[in-house]
Amino acid sequence: MLIKVSRSCDCNASQVTPESVYLSRRALLGASLAGMAVSVLPRMGVGADDSRYADVEPGTAPGWLDQKLREARWQAMTVEGEAITPFKDATHYNNFYEFGTDKGDPAANAGTLKTEPWTVVIDGEVSKPGRYALEDFVKPYQLQERIYRLRCVEAWSMVIPWLGFPIADLLKRVEPTSKARYLRFETLHDPQNMPGQRSRFALIDWPYIEGLRLDEAMNPLAILAVGMYGRELPNQNGAPLRLVVPWKYGFKSIKSIVRISLVADQPRTTWQAIAPEEYGFYANVNPGVDHPRWTQARERRLPSGLFSPNVRDTLMFNGYADEVASLYTGLDLRTHY
Amino acid sequence: MRYPWFRLAIFVLGCLFPTWWLYEAATNLLGPDPGKILVDRLGLGALIFLLITLSMTPLQRLTGWPAWVVVRRQLGVWSFAYIVLHMTAYMFFVLGMDWGQLGVELRKRPYIIVGALGFLGLLALTVTSNRYSQRRLGARWKKLHKLIYVILGLGLLHFLWIVRADLKEWSIYAGIGVFLLLLRIPGVQRRVPRLALKGSGKGR
Repeated sequence: MLIKVSRSCDCNASQVTPESVYLSRRALLGASLAGMAVSVLPRMGVGADDSRYADVEPGTAPGWLDQKLREARWQAMTVEGEAITPFKDATHYNNFYEFGTDKGDPAANAGTLKTEPWTVVIDGEVSKPGRYALEDFVKPYQLQERIYRLRCVEAWSMVIPWLGFPIADLLKRVEPTSKARYLRFETLHDPQNMPGQRSRFALIDWPYIEGLRLDEAMNPLAILAVGMYGRELPNQNGAPLRLVVPWKYGFKSIKSIVRISLVADQPRTTWQAIAPEEYGFYANVNPGVDHPRWTQARERRLPSGLFSPNVRDTLMFNGYADEVASLYTGLDLRTHY
Repeated sequence: MRYPWFRLAIFVLGCLFPTWWLYEAATNLLGPDPGKILVDRLGLGALIFLLITLSMTPLQRLTGWPAWVVVRRQLGVWSFAYIVLHMTAYMFFVLGMDWGQLGVELRKRPYIIVGALGFLGLLALTVTSNRYSQRRLGARWKKLHKLIYVILGLGLLHFLWIVRADLKEWSIYAGIGVFLLLLRIPGVQRRVPRLALKGSGKGR
């Protein structure tokens, strides 16, 4: 079923800046002029071929996923006036501590991740628990392209075109019981192929755990993604199945999911367990509540050049306040950070 | 000037790294967030120079080669130079030249306060690193320059408070630092063997 979301950030396909324009614009103008430049430069249509974005390494998706990707609803949601982060940057600069703590480690080490076969378990407070091969898990849904801002808790940000489906659609299928109040997500635990899980100095108690309140998960913005930039997810970005919740800090968007449990009590998430005074359960993007060690009022939108640092103000709920603010009425976001 | 080539080599090395990193950043080899990477590398570079500085005295004792101690001062000044670049890069790339925000950070963030104290310590040592100060301060000069041990502690604490989830890298540097400090305990110091080099054994 199609969920129509009303939102202020909606815009039509022609308004998305194609990569070629984006790059040439960057060469011509400082990144700070980006907003202005978009409106002046000629608009180019997005091709219908596989290479929707420039310089995308072609994927090697299995047949069923390739088919799914082809049938996706392109640009179901976009962001206005913001350039999409180059593929290389989104795939070679990110956190995935299972593969190391440097930003380049995931791209360097995630080749060992085995995404086929992949099994996803749905359990807990649901009428229809199950254990699915990924293909069967994704089969019922049409993929949608969602172009979202991504704001890392470390104060850098990107704009990424994801391919996935709303978690709400999944929840309707598995039928949460009346006791279900939260979702608990779990990443693969495979120390043999995930070097970060072997580190004896890691403060993380593997596997990585994340969670959402049921009504948060039901919000149409929250998706489970299987692809990005028109192809399947690269391993380092959380293949083959990850969460994307764009109004929360990036660490909430758990990668390489093997289990989704509906639970009655708020799950204890990984970052909360390490440093509860720094990372809360909600982790909503909020410029008014600092991380104890750094400010969250501003962010570096990447790529941020050496001679034109692209520092901008962080928006409440990462710019998705119209869609999600109502989830938190009556909740003190200073204590529930 | 004794050992001019050795000194020159260290000088060139000190210049080389930041120049190379700047070149990498300018040619997009550092990825989408080169400013942050420069900040991190310069900070780590300063710590490494500090540790090298602290290993000169033990090396001199071990080998008897006097050149180690001759370059010690220059190495210490390099550590200071990297910290100055580290802070400049932080101001420019992370804070976006927002001085008001710097004031906030200096009041609110323990790791920034500790780092700033470390910088002040290094500044004091650098300013008094010339012969004139040595003569003027006399015996007090040596006492003042023991501050380097405190600075090492501040630097390691600053580094520890930046770590998010894996202490491996920090543990390596902290381990080296602790080892170098242990070597200075008189009881330990006496047990360090002396592998005096031929011809320079009676250097001191």
